[in-house]
Amino acid sequence: MFGDYFSRALIAGIGLALVAGPLGCFVVWRRMAYFGDTMAHSALLGVALSIILSMNMTLGVFAVAALVAGALIVLQRQATLSTDALLGILSHSTLAVGLVLVGFLTTVRIDLMGFLFGDILAVSVEDIVIIYGGGVAILAILILAWRPLLASTVSPELAEAEGLRPEASRLVLMILMASVIAIAMKLVGVLLITSLLIIPAATARRLSATPEMMAVVAAVLGAIAVVGGLFGSRTWDTASGPSIVVMALVIFLLSLTVPVTRLFGRRETHGA
Amino acid sequence: MNAVVPRDILITLANAGVTRGGRTLVSGVDLTIARGEIVTLIGPNGSGKSTTAKLATGVLKPTTGTVTRQPGLKIGYVPQKLSIDWTLPLTVERLMTLTGRHAPADIDAALEAVGARRLLKAAVQELSGGEFQRVLFARAMIRKPDLLVLDEPVQGVDFSGEVALYELVRQIRDTTRSGILMISHDLHVVMAETDTVICLNGHVCCRGTPSAVKRSPEYLKLFGERAAHTLAIYEHHHDHEHHDDGCVVPEGHEHGHDGHDHEGHSHVR
Repeated sequence: MFGDYFSRALIAGIGLALVAGPLGCFVVWRRMAYFGDTMAHSALLGVALSIILSMNMTLGVFAVAALVAGALIVLQRQATLSTDALLGILSHSTLAVGLVLVGFLTTVRIDLMGFLFGDILAVSVEDIVIIYGGGVAILAILILAWRPLLASTVSPELAEAEGLRPEASRLVLMILMASVIAIAMKLVGVLLITSLLIIPAATARRLSATPEMMAVVAAVLGAIAVVGGLFGSRTWDTASGPSIVVMALVIFLLSLTVPVTRLFGRRETHGA
Repeated sequence: MNAVVPRDILITLANAGVTRGGRTLVSGVDLTIARGEIVTLIGPNGSGKSTTAKLATGVLKPTTGTVTRQPGLKIGYVPQKLSIDWTLPLTVERLMTLTGRHAPADIDAALEAVGARRLLKAAVQELSGGEFQRVLFARAMIRKPDLLVLDEPVQGVDFSGEVALYELVRQIRDTTRSGILMISHDLHVVMAETDTVICLNGHVCCRGTPSAVKRSPEYLKLFGERAAHTLAIYEHHHDHEHHDDGCVVPEGHEHGHDGHDHEGHSHVR
């Protein structure tokens, strides 16, 4: 079944979506969309550095994304510029530095478009192993740390007062995001990674009554977007990464037409 | 009752203070909370109420003095303000297990106790201010905490809601025998059941029972003459069965020995 490039793309894409959906919920809940974008943009710098240092690219991207997250935390403590401005600086400067560094790499020819927009059809069996290995690890950590992660998302003060550690939760989330970015970059590219985190999660919101349900629905919707997008790109011969994002957008728009009959969150009309 | 049962002290702050980045947030706080006691912290914004509460809960470590907590102390926390974003789908039922697992029967019982049983399946975003506050009380209580920390519990609740919440606090104290630490921004209303009121303004300005604090010169200095006329003590109908015990400090006593002088401080911010 790993024989042809199309099934490999499907398997890889679905694997990514199953991880990106639940993690994306936290990105939406904690309003970290721009933060995720910034980490994703730094991935190109990670690519350039891992080629220069001739190290594993996934590890290089992960390390740079995690460093950028750490840098942001340090800069936030200085409290001179707003987080918004800091993100803007980090986001575009890491992307620009990455692009400049890639330009210096004369010994290796790298497919810049592939890194910016992804090349899911070029996924190898080895990539699939990385996606599923990393994906299982990310989901396992997410499930194990779910309660403290959610509690500190709802209220850091409350979580802290009742003996949880919101700062640690924040760190865990950043590391998980850096990991997802590292495994997703090859598939959808640095410019489109955050869309796979955010769009399925945002779509799932209207269809869910609890955080857990939203995480599962987001994973499923993400997988549907991957399958639909890939088949669409084959049918109409469109770029595969962007097609997946367009499919996710279509599902999001469809979800808006679902009438807001309150399926969930109804009060009991009888009783105490 | 207090006379027979020895005070089961949950938390002791001894001369505790926090200095951060060269700025003293609060200093020289002496405070004990025993099981079944209600301690209320009052003071203006930035006076160190929250810092003191964080010292008590262990979120902050004291830079001076000591904080001693009973080993294994379980804390329930009712936050000052909790706005839950629409993007996070959360029912009351799910909110109840936010920081720990609880059986459905316990969840029902806790909500029943605050009169919010019918809200079980409701989304938290559609609750009214008073309903949400009750649910947050239930959430903190379900943990069967030794110490309940209430951070400005009546903020944004209208007067009748406020009276109902104080009634609820009294009930909680009577039924669970938890110690209760209440932070109040409202300088004018203090529960009559409060065993000790502590006025803070970077340090302890005055302390005692609500009626003693109301008369203390430090309170008047801190909040002005007008405040004395408006300090309403919310009294329950069978109020003052308990007598003013040893923690009532006559003016000058606890103030004398810690050596700070009030002339040296500016209370005007």
